[in-house]
Amino acid sequence: MIATDILMPLLGGAMIGLASLILLAMNGRVMGVSGIWSGLIRWSDGPLWRLAFVVGAIAAPVLLAAIGHPGQVQITTPMPVFLIAGLLVGLGTVIGSGCTSGHGICGISRLSPRSVVATLVFMGVGLATVFVVRHIF
Amino acid sequence: MIVVTALLAGLLFGAGLTISGMVNPAVVLGFLDIAGAWNPALLLVMVGALAIALPGYWLLQGRKPVFAEKQLVPTRRDIDARLIVGSVMFGAGWGLAGICPGPALTMFGIRPDLAFIFVAAMTVGMMLSRFADLWLPGTGTPDQ
Repeated sequence: MIATDILMPLLGGAMIGLASLILLAMNGRVMGVSGIWSGLIRWSDGPLWRLAFVVGAIAAPVLLAAIGHPGQVQITTPMPVFLIAGLLVGLGTVIGSGCTSGHGICGISRLSPRSVVATLVFMGVGLATVFVVRHIF
Repeated sequence: MIVVTALLAGLLFGAGLTISGMVNPAVVLGFLDIAGAWNPALLLVMVGALAIALPGYWLLQGRKPVFAEKQLVPTRRDIDARLIVGSVMFGAGWGLAGICPGPALTMFGIRPDLAFIFVAAMTVGMMLSRFADLWLPGTGTPDQ
């Protein structure tokens, strides 16, 4: 129980942190997934490494499932809300220059005031949104 | 070479999201639901990631990357309206579905049907973001 509830999130987080360091130390790039994806769809500024990163991120759970550790995805959000959420995530991460990985991990690690503020804002609004959806409606 | 290292980073990133549970929207929404049955998993993911990335970024600052001329990291430090407006929109979308861009992509390896729908909507949103230039001052810096 402790292994799955505490150690796995910590270990998974450490792997995400290590991934960001590989990208910085080897390629000199920030691991911001919204930026990696928006650059890939515009096929600009090093599209091939962006594609390789995305392929790796998608292949990982497939490989893990093959060795007996399938990931879980549970979604209860109604489809119209799901679509609006996707739209808002796309709009917001480009307008706000980053997401959980770019601002929340890399930006905070650079001690960037922009990223600290962005992370506090999207975490705060995320908490407020869940509160409204689950406890008011 | 940068393609190989990017693939490696992507694999590690996707594996981290999968084993930590962050790829599961139910876990993310459980973390954001402080008034319900709060699930601290995502906080532990952030702690684990920052425990590695914070000292790592400090050690690597200003160093020449192995396979590139120089580091391309954002240098802006100002807090403008775009940063706040964008982060509010992202936070609202994240709170509605429990999915941010990283897990949206990794989800393709678990539930491609749902991931496709979400990533399609997200990509449309990214393309529509240029209309923000009409009413928000400044220009977007997309590569965070």
